Amino acid sequence: MGDLLAIENLKTYFDTEEGTVKAVDGVSLRVKQGQTVCIVGESGCGKSITAMSVMGLVEGPAGKVVGGRIEFDGQDLLPLSRHELRTIRGNDIAMIFQEPMSSLNPVLTIGEQMTEPLIEHLKMSRKAARARAIELIGQVGISRAEQIADSYPHELSGGMLQRIMIAIAISCGPKLLIADEPTTALDVTIQAQILDLLRQFKAESNMSILLITHDLGVVAEMADYVIVMYAGKVVEEGEVVELFANPKHPYTQGLLKSKPVINQRQNELYSIPGQVPNPLELTESCYFHDRCAHCMDICRTREPRLKNVTDESKVACWLYEEAVVHG
Amino acid sequence: MADALLEVNHLKKYFPIKAGLLNRTVGHVKAVDDISFVIRRGETFGLVGESGSGKSTVGRTVIRITEKTDGEVKFRGVDLYGLPAEDLRKMRPKMQLIFQDPYSSLNPRIRVGDAIGEALLDHGLVSKAEVRDRVLDVLASCGLSSYHIDRFPHEFSGGQRQRIGIARALVLNPDLIIADEPVSALDVSIQAQIINLFRKLQETRGLTYLFISHDLSVVEHLCSRIGVMYLGSMVETASRDELFRNPLHPYTKALLSAVPVPIPKLKRDRIVLTGDIPSPSNPPSGCKFHTRCPFAMEQCKQQVPEFRDVGGNHYVACHLV
Repeated sequence: MGDLLAIENLKTYFDTEEGTVKAVDGVSLRVKQGQTVCIVGESGCGKSITAMSVMGLVEGPAGKVVGGRIEFDGQDLLPLSRHELRTIRGNDIAMIFQEPMSSLNPVLTIGEQMTEPLIEHLKMSRKAARARAIELIGQVGISRAEQIADSYPHELSGGMLQRIMIAIAISCGPKLLIADEPTTALDVTIQAQILDLLRQFKAESNMSILLITHDLGVVAEMADYVIVMYAGKVVEEGEVVELFANPKHPYTQGLLKSKPVINQRQNELYSIPGQVPNPLELTESCYFHDRCAHCMDICRTREPRLKNVTDESKVACWLYEEAVVHG
Repeated sequence: MADALLEVNHLKKYFPIKAGLLNRTVGHVKAVDDISFVIRRGETFGLVGESGSGKSTVGRTVIRITEKTDGEVKFRGVDLYGLPAEDLRKMRPKMQLIFQDPYSSLNPRIRVGDAIGEALLDHGLVSKAEVRDRVLDVLASCGLSSYHIDRFPHEFSGGQRQRIGIARALVLNPDLIIADEPVSALDVSIQAQIINLFRKLQETRGLTYLFISHDLSVVEHLCSRIGVMYLGSMVETASRDELFRNPLHPYTKALLSAVPVPIPKLKRDRIVLTGDIPSPSNPPSGCKFHTRCPFAMEQCKQQVPEFRDVGGNHYVACHLV
């Protein structure tokens, strides 16, 4: 299987009054056809900005992709014009966000918003587009499709709106779906429905999914391959079973240990001390060093490179550099 | 019950829906609809449910921040709704509320030390000279440093702000703390720190918590007894062990099975509920859950199931049980 999406050494920086924030700093990742890749990390780690960069949605002048390559289906996306990018967005890459309410236009009906991409991208007639929209509403598990098509966003619940967003996203048959925290704002019983729906569409269409989430439970349920980000960098990646069974980076280990899990009670939860570093004050080092229980001298002054430790996993940590630990 | 700190009997809270030119009341949102439970001294009672289940309204009504519509609330054996305003005010320091987003409950222009200390002075609990010592004391127990006392809210991270929210409640030396989704806005690694803090404070100060959350894994970790709410009603109440080992209500079962577990490729018997949560302004007849219940019978559509003890202090409202 070939790579559908290949990101090489992506750098997206934001200029602020206090200095440059390196939101995404040298991230590389690959998504194969039909694969679900999850980017997991805490607030501010750069996971959403990575996705926005792929979509060409990082708004200047403050934010800019300053380096790297984003190759989709063999084509480099970064040099493309707005217009060329717009054709790919929607047709081949679709995106859903955390807040469905804020991604839909409150003064247009659901039907109008669903037919727009069908007319624009698939060149359907208005009538055919409406019929297809109603069919799609049914496919995402909403009954009374005709009636829903004529309603406005505020008349629907959060779970229903997210279904509509998924319906819009898959309407042009994308090869890649980017989902940024798609279930974070939803209740657990609704989250279960939405995740089922995503899995079902993936199975039917061999679409790839790049899923961004902070919830390790969602990762375990959805991912084939996992990328862990911390302070703008990838600290670990690997095949999902391997990553959960044998986390290598102390940050990944800490994250997994600090999450309370149903039916696995502990007296005291493990907690990672301290907090995420200020992105303006980063100097060359392992960015996790001041929260790490295994911190060595080298961690404070030099950045570890992401390298393979097994065939299926990579980690950026000095603990896995033979020469450092034993030399 | 001798050691009951908070007793809630048949509590109801209806919010009027106003509409039209004359602003007439056209209906009611039954946010809390006949709920009863008891919290014993020193225990943590968890209240779980999805959005719109009324769990936050319960938290606010039991300490009379929001006035009840009907029912009875007894705190330390005293009927809270029978108290005159002045006596209620004297009772306030003993019951404190912690919110999900501490930033929006802190005045951005008041230093943290003053924000924590002001209630002490308002209630005349300590003299001006002693305030600073009390604040420093409580900052230390919440894992903050003494130099934080003169800082402003914007200088703190989310986790630290929640520590300030806790410090602010704690400084009054309360018996009962009502924590409304206190860790929901925090990242996992910070969430664990705050959960541990809640535990430690309970051990050292003998606090009683009413812990409101939508996150079952957090509730399982912290609470000794748990109540599950759906559309304004309590559907099941049991000790933690009993609820997780032997959930009886179909909604509790569905809720438990919907929580994603960080174990890849785990095969679980999941009950995926169909449909959305109905509107609390127009709840279904009979058992409110019957529209989504995979086991609903004819009886469920007509008759409201009784909330009853099925043995061992395990309460459930379901016709099937």
